Amino acid sequence: MKKMLILGAGTAGTMMSAKMRRALPADEWQITIVDQDDRHIYQPGLLFIPFDVYRARDVVKPRSRYIPPGVRFIVSPIDVIEPDDSRVRLGDGTLLHYDLLVIATGSRIVPEETEGMTDTGWQTSTFDFYTPEGAVALRNALDDFDGGRLVLNVVEMPIKCPIAPLEFVFLADWFLTVNGTRDRTEIIYATPLDGAFTKPRASEILGHMLEEKNIGLEPLFSTGSVDGEKQVIRSWDDREIGYDLLVTIPTHMGSETIENSDMGDELGFIPTHPNTLQSKGWENVFVLGDATDLPSSKAGSVAHFQGEVLENNLLRIIDGRELTEEFDGHANCFIETGFGKAALIDFNYDVEPLPGRFPVPGIGPLRLLQESEMNHWGKMAFRWIYWNMLLKGAEIPGIQSRMSMDGKWS
Amino acid sequence: MTTTMIAGHEIEINDDGFMLNPDQWNPEIANELAVEAGIAPLTDRHWEVIDFCRRDNAEKGTPPGVRRITKNTDVSMKEMYTLFPKGPGILAARVSGLTKPKGCI
Ligand SMILES: Cc1cc2nc3c(=O)[nH]c(=O)nc-3n(C[C@H](O)[C@H](O)[C@H](O)COP(=O)(O)OP(=O)(O)OC[C@H]3O[C@@H](n4cnc5c(N)ncnc54)[C@H](O)[C@@H]3O)c2cc1C
Repeated sequence: MKKMLILGAGTAGTMMSAKMRRALPADEWQITIVDQDDRHIYQPGLLFIPFDVYRARDVVKPRSRYIPPGVRFIVSPIDVIEPDDSRVRLGDGTLLHYDLLVIATGSRIVPEETEGMTDTGWQTSTFDFYTPEGAVALRNALDDFDGGRLVLNVVEMPIKCPIAPLEFVFLADWFLTVNGTRDRTEIIYATPLDGAFTKPRASEILGHMLEEKNIGLEPLFSTGSVDGEKQVIRSWDDREIGYDLLVTIPTHMGSETIENSDMGDELGFIPTHPNTLQSKGWENVFVLGDATDLPSSKAGSVAHFQGEVLENNLLRIIDGRELTEEFDGHANCFIETGFGKAALIDFNYDVEPLPGRFPVPGIGPLRLLQESEMNHWGKMAFRWIYWNMLLKGAEIPGIQSRMSMDGKWS
Repeated sequence: MTTTMIAGHEIEINDDGFMLNPDQWNPEIANELAVEAGIAPLTDRHWEVIDFCRRDNAEKGTPPGVRRITKNTDVSMKEMYTLFPKGPGILAARVSGLTKPKGCI
């Protein structure tokens, strides 16, 4: 029996286990997947918890429910990967040997990386919304918020879903307007980037949306420290922004396991071939999802597009054939903009987000880089698609893994 | 792509003013790029960063980000912002004759 081992049963790992169980004969390949707990979080839903659109229970389901029959699921912390010996050591010392390894251990926030962030004020005036605990605490704080200055700061790149912080301030504008406190609230968006987003066209259009919604933009602000006593954040070049409520997107890092195994870069992300998804260090180790060091977005949609390429390449390496270099960095993200509307962006390594129609060129029904109610319903439908199609490794109709230029206005 | 004269050498640069060919770089060019960026004169501390960026780029094929620089030299993040203000990773790469560090898309 040959052994395929998948580390991490989040978006990418769960999806991959379903794809590979279908693709590989059960009498030749044993597939095992490991995660530290049995709580699968629909992370895109975390954005809506602070605004009472979703409750915590709406975004959590047992992982085991989504791991297909014929795949062995082990709930245990992963201690260390020993790629030179093709084996993995679990928290209790158990050794798992593999022929092929897929690493999908994701990324996590590390607020401790920023001086002062977890001292005074953490979870009382400073909050994250990238964890269920943070999102719920922030919900309660927003409930009590009676105006003042609300600051969102992105500490450093890369982060998961680089659009989520913008969505947060758009939704905060809507939420506070509906609750009657917007006219007493100043909202500021502080980012280490030189504009609202990473690429020029999207940055310009999203920058306009910030202006229209009267949200202040503080570009090139790299947070060096948080002073919870004085309620200010300080940049490395000594600029200060005071806040009454701070919503922070802390530094992101790969899993501690990657660091323990000495397999990652300075942030614990694994050097990965940008088009094949093979690890740069080991032929029988592949990486997907947030765990890679690739410049593609850390997003569930990206994991979905990578999944198709990875399935193909795992089958190829098993057959001794050459790998395909099909992955083009494709990402496709809804941007919730408040008041029941959303925008949509579609882009890859080389082509920045452009306006147009999606997925049917000229028709849509979704609009790229423009707000519409249809886009909002697309975003809300994503939760159903996530649990019922994406995690099961199914194809999503009309959406291909390689980006298409059809229907885009360049 | 265009070419421009820097310190008496004809140099290939891209639209953002980053050098396209690290082999065309030399310390004189670094000094002139530093003047252009408003950070001249280059001190030993600048050179420590530049030397690391050059070495690391030669080894890895991509210029290091600011976190990687601080992890591999004794220059702190705070000092990076004094030596190469605003966007230290980007500016260090520029003066070192390297392409713009790949940000995220
Ligand atoms: C607020 C927010 C909003 C988002 N919005 C969107 C969106 O609108 N659209 C979109 O496409 N994406 C969105 N994302 C991003 C998306 O959720 C992630 O990119 C995606 O989940 C990545 O999948 P992954 O499998 O790589 O990582 P994960 O799903 O995070 O899975 C990693 C798994 O590895 C396990 N693991 C790690 N280390 C260990 C260890 N040592 N031992 C055992 N197990 C371990 C973890 O427990 C985890 O289950 C959002 C994310 C957030 C936080």
